[in-house]
Amino acid sequence: MSGTNALTMDKPTPTSLLDTGAQGIIGKGLDRVDGPLKVSGSATYAAEHAIDNVAYGVLVGSKVARGKIVSVDADSVRGLPGVIDVVTDFETFARNPQQGGETTAPTQGVKDVQYFGEIVAIVLAESFEAARDAAQQLTVAYEEAEGRFDFDALKGEAEKPAASDQVPPHFSEGDIDSAMANAAVSIDVTYTTPSQNSAAMEPHASIAVWDEHGALTLYGSYQMPTSDAQQLAKALGVSAKKVRIVAPYIGGGFGSKLGIAPESVAAAIAARTLGRPVKAVMARSQVFDATVRRSNTEQRMRLGADASGKLTALGHETLTSNLPDEGFFEPCGIGTHFAYAAPNRQIDHDIVRLDWLLSGSMRAPGEASGMLALECAMDELAEAAGIDPIELRRINEPESDPDTQAPFSTRQLLRCLDEGAAKFGWDKRGKAGTTRDGEWLIGMGVAAAVRGNMLMESSARVTLTRGGQAIVETAMTDIGTGSYTILAQIAGELLGLPIERVSVKLGDTDFPPAAGSGGSWGAGSSGSSVYLACETTREQLAKAMKVDPEALTLKDGEAIADNRKVSIGELAGIDGIVATGTISPGKQEKVTKQASYGAHFAEVGVNVVTGEVRVRRMLGVFAAGRILNAKTARSQCIGGMTFGIGAALTEDLIHDPRNGKLVNRDLAEYHVPVNADVPQQDVVFLEERDVHANPIHAKGIGELGISGAGAAIANAVYNATGVRVRDYPLTLDKILDGLPAL
Amino acid sequence: MHFTINGTVHEAEPDIRASLLDVLREHVGLTGTKKGCDRGQCGACTILVNGRRINSCLTLAVMHQDDDILTIEGIGSADNLHPLQAAFVKHDGYQCGYCTPGQICSAVGMLDEVKKGWASHVSADLDSVTLDGPEISERMSGNLCRCSAYPNIVDAISEVAGA
Repeated sequence: MSGTNALTMDKPTPTSLLDTGAQGIIGKGLDRVDGPLKVSGSATYAAEHAIDNVAYGVLVGSKVARGKIVSVDADSVRGLPGVIDVVTDFETFARNPQQGGETTAPTQGVKDVQYFGEIVAIVLAESFEAARDAAQQLTVAYEEAEGRFDFDALKGEAEKPAASDQVPPHFSEGDIDSAMANAAVSIDVTYTTPSQNSAAMEPHASIAVWDEHGALTLYGSYQMPTSDAQQLAKALGVSAKKVRIVAPYIGGGFGSKLGIAPESVAAAIAARTLGRPVKAVMARSQVFDATVRRSNTEQRMRLGADASGKLTALGHETLTSNLPDEGFFEPCGIGTHFAYAAPNRQIDHDIVRLDWLLSGSMRAPGEASGMLALECAMDELAEAAGIDPIELRRINEPESDPDTQAPFSTRQLLRCLDEGAAKFGWDKRGKAGTTRDGEWLIGMGVAAAVRGNMLMESSARVTLTRGGQAIVETAMTDIGTGSYTILAQIAGELLGLPIERVSVKLGDTDFPPAAGSGGSWGAGSSGSSVYLACETTREQLAKAMKVDPEALTLKDGEAIADNRKVSIGELAGIDGIVATGTISPGKQEKVTKQASYGAHFAEVGVNVVTGEVRVRRMLGVFAAGRILNAKTARSQCIGGMTFGIGAALTEDLIHDPRNGKLVNRDLAEYHVPVNADVPQQDVVFLEERDVHANPIHAKGIGELGISGAGAAIANAVYNATGVRVRDYPLTLDKILDGLPAL
Repeated sequence: MHFTINGTVHEAEPDIRASLLDVLREHVGLTGTKKGCDRGQCGACTILVNGRRINSCLTLAVMHQDDDILTIEGIGSADNLHPLQAAFVKHDGYQCGYCTPGQICSAVGMLDEVKKGWASHVSADLDSVTLDGPEISERMSGNLCRCSAYPNIVDAISEVAGA
């Protein structure tokens, strides 16, 4: 038996079979099904697939920041022991990585050098050591050119970027200037945030294998294999059917592996040239130099309110940076559009064209950096108005989407704030600079979290076997998010199978096309595709049992209806039941405003002698629809909150203003939080179902945890010290001068 | 050359420039040990050599012919987990899993250091170490986890250490 089930989200789905399943595993904090493989080192990541006769490729990055390549002197290294060849293709090599979800080739052509570290060649050898040595010795001649490298010097030349489907570049309503002039209380302040790197623990890696029919299999570390395969096919000039991407395990992504990066194209071209498989793993410095960064930002915040604290003016004007001719701009104001309402608003995005590496999506593009400014500005306004920050947010809670007046599908922001305040002990927060514990100044901060919810087209195939096992197959990925586990829980709940009897296969474009992992849409989208497939399986089981699907109870591998109990494997029959489900976005995302919400609370200590900031505790309260697995969902949130610690206190990707070269292109100098930087973190989820989002009623959480988290810490630093630092990260040198005399 | 890895002798003829990490991954086929930075900055390649935890990317393989090398594959397998591995699963002490073998090897070495009475930067009493949360966090800070399972890693190690 087989069947298909497609749903476009044009209407709400008031009921979900997940609420009536008898298996009782959905939502439970079950251990990850892939856990034993991961902890024993037997999960296979991109560079670890055992491929015979593989040649080692080491990438060569440009040593100038702007100009043209005159020559790549392959003969300079061909004679070295073990070296096979040097391959470059000035037309075809990817100059920039591609952005996530695009189905076109990335920007190609590396004869022109557009930024320091641009990948210009790949050296192939019989061993990694020989290839690395030759890559260091390879002679590349450049004709250097002048470039644009200094953000501060060039920000006067910012331009309005082309339209984006995420957020309008410019938006204004009413008259913000006069509203600011007439406001009872107002602030007009500018925040800056630096470039950041996703710094996933697994560097970008590809093994390219061509077969005798001209088909390519690329073992890669990619978040969205379905569109990545299309990007790679376009880049190589081959049919999309000829490219298969395999990515069962991915060592973190955080946006950096949404689109294909230069190593994939270089490995594929080298493998075709050599006629043998090629493995290319980026060095950590190349991940920094030549993949993708979160843009630096400069954000002017103008907030004006009447005497009661009600916003009359809301301005968020942002400057970010990217390469010339790249369409992406950091949508800093995306959350500002619906977080709060005001009759007079201006939310602008302008961009400075620089010859720095590509900027693109990193965990919560828009909200992650935008809310560092917005949520601190709200704190500043609260201070100026003499209103508690939580009360200020309550006063400004909008009734509907301020842009479109569409109703919110769900919105529990105030409940998140209130529950968090009670749990955290917010009432014990003192006035700024008044609480001290020995040589530590103590403060508390709060920030709201908002993150837009997205649904992407996604398909999955579910096979129920004669033996009563379910096999879920989809080109979805698990980048640490828990996809393997939640998809097994959804299938197990709907088909009445213990989780041990569900096997989930991901990360292969031979499986049905899927949304992939990005934008926090993975669980909602791929989970819904599995749900829909299982819905069809249930109908066929009911048919085999000659009852209505509603009359059927499925539990522990048995179907119960009409006073009969039959094994579902038996009902599946000798050929089993194969069902395919496909979810697509529809009108619901227009007629309702869909987002997930939360509240961050942080307590910090600031050392009165050194200015060092230590986060003492953090609490996140979140409402994001149905929580599919309480354990993995919590982990997603603490991971996001820790990205917030990094953004607030440690992460700062520094570009040399003379040539754009990254000064701190390694993990010793680019400071991601370490274990000792992270306190115990509490996470609370509010009960919620979003019937407008998808049939599983779940929304994204992976990015909600970072949105606003850093602002809560910065607000806590202010509360501890009375020092307001508006230049992230809040390193001790920026705080020290404002501390009281010893 | 021969290398004694997880109690088994492996023959390999590595390049003299090869790190122990690359020999494990590319010559011996033990890919459980991960390469995150190749510079001793992330800890993903942590293994145990003669019982002590080291970054295997920072040492040349040719230096280890007579050493006792223990990698994650020798600590436990997917169907026969070491208590620390089981605790990482129970407490969700990972997300993407890439730093995890290094975290676990590091934890094995770290617990042994505590057993020997070695103090750390945060030890209140240099002569008598109590393995509380801050001690574990301090001693595990050479192993980065960008997914940031840190609080869960501390919980997992605490459970095993307290047992």
